[in-house]
Amino acid sequence: MTWLLVAIMVVATALSDLLQSYEMKRAGVQSVGARGVGRLLRMIVERRYLLLSIACLAFSFFSFMALVQSAPLSFAVPASAASFILETVLAKVLLKEHIGPRRAAGTLLVLGGVVLLGR
Amino acid sequence: MPASTRIVRTYSLLLLFLALRAIGNLCLAWGTKRLPETLAADPLVYLRSMLDPAVALGVAMLIMALLTRLALLSVADLSFILPMTAVGYVLAALLGRFVLHEAVSGQRWLAVALIFAGTALVSSTPHSTTGKDGAP
Repeated sequence: MTWLLVAIMVVATALSDLLQSYEMKRAGVQSVGARGVGRLLRMIVERRYLLLSIACLAFSFFSFMALVQSAPLSFAVPASAASFILETVLAKVLLKEHIGPRRAAGTLLVLGGVVLLGR
Repeated sequence: MPASTRIVRTYSLLLLFLALRAIGNLCLAWGTKRLPETLAADPLVYLRSMLDPAVALGVAMLIMALLTRLALLSVADLSFILPMTAVGYVLAALLGRFVLHEAVSGQRWLAVALIFAGTALVSSTPHSTTGKDGAP
């Protein structure tokens, strides 16, 4: 059950972020002023992928809550870091982001730190 | 949009996101701890908890954090934002140590140092590699 929850959480988080990034790259530069916030809210309602990403976010949030209820937080936090690697790989493959040696090395350092935090 | 404007926008959105999420979580934690009822599977209990001003403020700030992150994704790569937002862990450790006077273990400082070094390395890469004005 624990690993099933981890899997749901990791996949839902990755899917949510990939969908958001995909839509926002196409949307052009957005701001968070009074008008910008209104436009972002309207975009969430109007763009199917953004709406889907919010649903994925809810899934990920509730599976995290269920996870920390039964498993220790020191397991849940590093486990959630798995989405970090999955998302970076998928950002390269699906979103065609350029991940050079410096970004890859930095991401691995951050991952190491997050795993260490939870131990 | 000129590259320098884009960099300023990326970092101001990043700071705003980190601040909103940190303060939002703080409000939520503080608000839920003083609720008379325990949060359970009953959705009504969650709805009632929103009547508490601290909980409501926390939720509002977390919604704003989500929107700020969307705006951030419109100017920067996902693979750039993911490691950069991990700076939040560093801020939490520093706030815990110097504001709340919590004990932070040596292992935790090592973790903080790794995250800090990693984000510094990532921040030296181009923010956006897919947009029209991003570097290839």
